[in-house]
Amino acid sequence: MVDADWPLYEVFVRGKRGLNHVHAGSIRAADPADAIRRGSAVYTRRSEGVSVWVALASDVAASAPELKEPLFSPSGDKVFRHPTFYSIPDDVPHM
Amino acid sequence: MVEDEAGFEAVIARNDRIEPRDWMPDGYRKTLVRQIAQHAHSEVIGMQPEGAWIERAPSLRRKAILLAKVQDEAGHGLYLYSAAETLGVSRAQLVELLLAGKQKYSSIFNYPTPSYADVGTIGWLVDGAAICNQVPLCRTSYGPYGRAMIRICKEESFHQRQGYELLMTMMRGTDEQRAMVQESVDRFWWPSLMMFGPPDTESPNTARSMAWGIKRNTNDELRQRFVDMTVPQADALGVALPDPELRWNAARGSYDFGEPDWSELKAVVSGDGPCNAQRMAHRRQAHEDGAWVRAAAVAHAEADRG
Repeated sequence: MVDADWPLYEVFVRGKRGLNHVHAGSIRAADPADAIRRGSAVYTRRSEGVSVWVALASDVAASAPELKEPLFSPSGDKVFRHPTFYSIPDDVPHM
Repeated sequence: MVEDEAGFEAVIARNDRIEPRDWMPDGYRKTLVRQIAQHAHSEVIGMQPEGAWIERAPSLRRKAILLAKVQDEAGHGLYLYSAAETLGVSRAQLVELLLAGKQKYSSIFNYPTPSYADVGTIGWLVDGAAICNQVPLCRTSYGPYGRAMIRICKEESFHQRQGYELLMTMMRGTDEQRAMVQESVDRFWWPSLMMFGPPDTESPNTARSMAWGIKRNTNDELRQRFVDMTVPQADALGVALPDPELRWNAARGSYDFGEPDWSELKAVVSGDGPCNAQRMAHRRQAHEDGAWVRAAAVAHAEADRG
């Protein structure tokens, strides 16, 4: 068996307790347990993490580039979703 | 990974976070499921009192803001349901428990919103109280709950400010509009204080929740913090808070305030508030009305797999 036959896994690392797992990169591995071993060997060599998730890259559904407009542009003109849209006098505390 | 009680206690003792696959006591898991579910249900039911004003908002600007706010509440509900799901329950189960009346939501949403000023008052007082309650929960001991709270708190700031700005605008208007604001504040002040729950002396689970780091402050501490933050805001707005006992206590460095009517809180929590039946009926109807959407999504997914 050659390396190329190993499936690709996406690797997610939790930096410390209380934080989300964040995508670190991908790794070729024989199975999930192997991917965890290899993934931590590659992505946490400087103790970057306390926990690792791996998922088959082929199981990750992703938005197509042409969906950028319909997915993300509608919030562009909704400035009223931001607290700074509302002017509150400076002498009103805790707001 | 935490594998036993000693490991769990050690994580709690150093103020660290428990994560989904860690070992945790049954009581810790149950308390979290109940609290997070109640919180999620509150966000979802909380869409109703303000949602009622979307079609009657006085301008396109106010309507767009209100739509965005109610949409946020739906999103907050989803963040929280998914935090609860990391504890081994499913969203469908939790929704069922709500509809069966076996899980609760915040008492505040059982009050009516007969006046447009209520949209502003809810943003200022109700969301203000929610922020008071939620900021310390960003440091709760359960990781997924804390992370959901961080997202929510970032978004609540918009909610509170739009409410206060709405009230400021009305206060700059006619005498009639100023009277509307005062009338609305009169109705919402005491129920807002009740949002923090019963007094500490009647909250038997608080000590355990605090020992586990789920709660970081007692009900009475948070209530006091809310009063102290809100009084100067009321002064700046030019409204009176309906409490004759409210006054600054220099020795304590805090405001003294009157006792909420706890029998009212008990009645509202046990189902006898002004709108309990209406809120539940609406939620049940919305859930049933949405059944075809859920079925259609599944049918579409199956057809795609074809």
